[in-house]
Amino acid sequence: MNDMDDILREFLVESNENLDQVEREMLALEQQPDDLDRLSIVFRCVHTIKGTSGFLALPVLEHVAHVGESVLSRLRDGELRFDSDIADTLLTLNDALRGILKAIETSGTEGATDHSMLLARLNRLNDGVVEPVVEVPAAAIASPEPVAVATPVAVATPDAEVAAIATRTDSAAVEAVGVSDTSIRVDVALLDKLMTLVGELVLARNQVLQHSAGLDDQTFVATSQRLDLITTELQEGVMKTRMQPIGTVWSKLPRVVRDLAQQCGKLVRIELEGKETELDKTLIEAIKDPLVHIVRNSVDHGIETPEARVAAGKGAEGVLRLRAYHEGGQVNIEISDDGGGINPERVRQTAVRRGVVSEAQSLRLSERDLVQLVFEPGFSTAEKVTNVSGRGVGMDVVRTNIEKIGGTIDLQSSFGAGTCLKIKIPLTLAIIPALIVAGRGERYAIPQVSLLELVRLEGEQIRTSIEMIHGAPVYRLRGRLLPLVHLSSALGLEAAAETAESINIVVLRADDRQFGLVVDSVSDTEEIVVKPLGKRLKGLPVYAGATIMGDGRVALILDVLGLAQAANVLSAGARERVSVDHAERTDESRANRQTLLVMSVGENSRVAVPLSEVARLEQFPTSAVEISGNRRVVQYRGRIMPLLDIANFLGAPPTVLPDMMSVVVYQSGERSVGLVVSEIVDIVEEAITVRDTLPRRGTLGAVVVQGNVTDLLDLEALVRNADLFANDFGSPVAEAA
Amino acid sequence: MQPDSTRHFCTFFADGLYFGVEVERVQEVIRYQPMTKVPLAHDVLGGLINLRGQIVTAVDLRRRLGLPPRTDDRLPMNVVIRNDDGAVSLLVDEIGDVIAVEASAWEPRPDTVRGESRDLITGAYKTVDRLLLVLDTDRAITPGELSPVAA
Repeated sequence: MNDMDDILREFLVESNENLDQVEREMLALEQQPDDLDRLSIVFRCVHTIKGTSGFLALPVLEHVAHVGESVLSRLRDGELRFDSDIADTLLTLNDALRGILKAIETSGTEGATDHSMLLARLNRLNDGVVEPVVEVPAAAIASPEPVAVATPVAVATPDAEVAAIATRTDSAAVEAVGVSDTSIRVDVALLDKLMTLVGELVLARNQVLQHSAGLDDQTFVATSQRLDLITTELQEGVMKTRMQPIGTVWSKLPRVVRDLAQQCGKLVRIELEGKETELDKTLIEAIKDPLVHIVRNSVDHGIETPEARVAAGKGAEGVLRLRAYHEGGQVNIEISDDGGGINPERVRQTAVRRGVVSEAQSLRLSERDLVQLVFEPGFSTAEKVTNVSGRGVGMDVVRTNIEKIGGTIDLQSSFGAGTCLKIKIPLTLAIIPALIVAGRGERYAIPQVSLLELVRLEGEQIRTSIEMIHGAPVYRLRGRLLPLVHLSSALGLEAAAETAESINIVVLRADDRQFGLVVDSVSDTEEIVVKPLGKRLKGLPVYAGATIMGDGRVALILDVLGLAQAANVLSAGARERVSVDHAERTDESRANRQTLLVMSVGENSRVAVPLSEVARLEQFPTSAVEISGNRRVVQYRGRIMPLLDIANFLGAPPTVLPDMMSVVVYQSGERSVGLVVSEIVDIVEEAITVRDTLPRRGTLGAVVVQGNVTDLLDLEALVRNADLFANDFGSPVAEAA
Repeated sequence: MQPDSTRHFCTFFADGLYFGVEVERVQEVIRYQPMTKVPLAHDVLGGLINLRGQIVTAVDLRRRLGLPPRTDDRLPMNVVIRNDDGAVSLLVDEIGDVIAVEASAWEPRPDTVRGESRDLITGAYKTVDRLLLVLDTDRAITPGELSPVAA
């Protein structure tokens, strides 16, 4: 027993379960002998036992199962008809197999039971004749028992054998407790309840520890420390009971792949690595569908047909590799294939057609960013809707589901060589690390997965480094504009008095955006037990749940994504997408709602650019302007950035530069261009209608913004012409000055 | 044994009104618990309390019934009601006794009852000295009635 290795133990548990099922199906078959599905199940079970026992070098078991399998195969193929005699024989077979398993379990050998009578009956069925002549199977000779003696007498005494087996089983039961008895099935609800109780215990422990800290009573302090240790161990133990190997979800994938590959006329081999990687049961459930979806996608769209593969110099058979492993308290799952990869150009076209991004936006995206577009809602690369994919569930749903459980998903594709999806999910949902912050006297927990960094501003910094864009506060975080959201205002609470000595900014990530959450104070990070909110509070997207703190008070867990949406951090892009979508669908309306950055140039002309296209707003002292060749440049972030005087470019008198000049930084790929303007006027969101049919050079036309005629800059064209333009940019500034 | 016609009510007070909930529906009655406010939630939600590790939503009965808010310093008590969705606590002014009433003493709510309380009170038992108002507990704590204010 002790030296029995894991594989064998697993085999015993599994086989016993299989045999339980065989028995159930067999009994049902007696009622409905034509039920091929049931027959197939029985066949599969016996086949599995045969296969594995061969692998584990259990010749008797293998032989008995093999003979039984042959009978079942004839039944399945319709060569034999199921009747009660056959049922009898097969049930006897079942018992015999069970007997051998029991023997292995208790004694480590296959036992000395004589199976000859059973084998004779089976072989007789196998040959389909009543003659008691039985061929001696080769394997049987190797087995330690006298097997192949065909005895017609045996046919007459089936009951005797059953009885004999029954007796043996009984006597075996008195022997050592088997492995199949050491594992039990437990209701998940019970485990959940245990988890809750442990959560309570943790809480009680925290309170006892807090209390004991201020006491001199050595005995009490020692006892509470013991309580502390035991509680921690108990917590770990209970957490473990909820852990399941990822293999439980993976087990059905080979079948999915096989069927699908056949349907698509492809050859696909699936490789699973790290099946034993464990994660929380609830998470296993949650990733099941996304995984199946990804795998189907890979087979359907990723891996090419054998002909195409051979033509591309690959093996005819595609490989789909799933890999799971633990890393840094998270579970990583990688799904990679060596298929055709994703065609970035096709993604770009589809995305533009579906209105996921505008043509102009799409052209500026890198290949890597383009590929990420498949996660956007409303996107599906499938050229045609097959019965395999295109059922309205896209990768956006996959991403949403993964993010719902606090995970992230990343896609890497190399066109022609394959695709790799990386999913990172927390080990468990029940207990997560979180940052505790305070706002208006209440504490809130922020899941650490969304946390990027903490920024603290003091005294003078508050006034100098937080700027306003039309009433919306922003902070320059290493040069990038970070929109700020006050926790109190996001939650509809009274704002704090603006006289605060210091400001705490929690930099968070929501989707692919960053924003700063301004909180009153930041305390520690803590492991918190996540509890769901009741139905009554489900409608509030800003909360992800609640938890109980060490002092017994309840604290709400903030949902970073929901918070970002509530504070409109996420809406700008989304709105833009919707508007593009809308505009493309309705031809009669060319109106396009966009957030525009309005600037004044020259004396009194106004220009605007979509805010989304602006990388940064900077100010440079005029003294920083240098001349390179015949261009005006500034040193910016270790690079040389050419400056473009918009006024001059548009034919207006050149800008008279004050001591500090406002520069709008536009980035295209690796290149940055600084647009010199007189003043940043405003940020507006407006439905813009192009009025000018003959746009001037470098503009897309004139629009009316807030009652003023404003030129809409064509940044792409500006940058394209930047070099040409540099020539006539050389002197004007100096002339004007 | 009580005859079938006798029913037991857990009683409590809110703004001087005398209410009752069937004893079977009441999980427990506990004194004031520290409450965590839920910003953006409907204001009838008093907050969240920690009931031995379980997080329970507390509904302020006075607000639910459209009664004036508590003015004195006394802290509200919790009547914890069992519900499909776990437990919900009703915040009340004061707890009364568990009393037995005869089914025959019941009368439905007169149509003249107006205001928000109208739908929440199914009727009243005429006890010797006063009326025991029977609260429609499910309604008082049902999410539909308590949907959060539009954020």
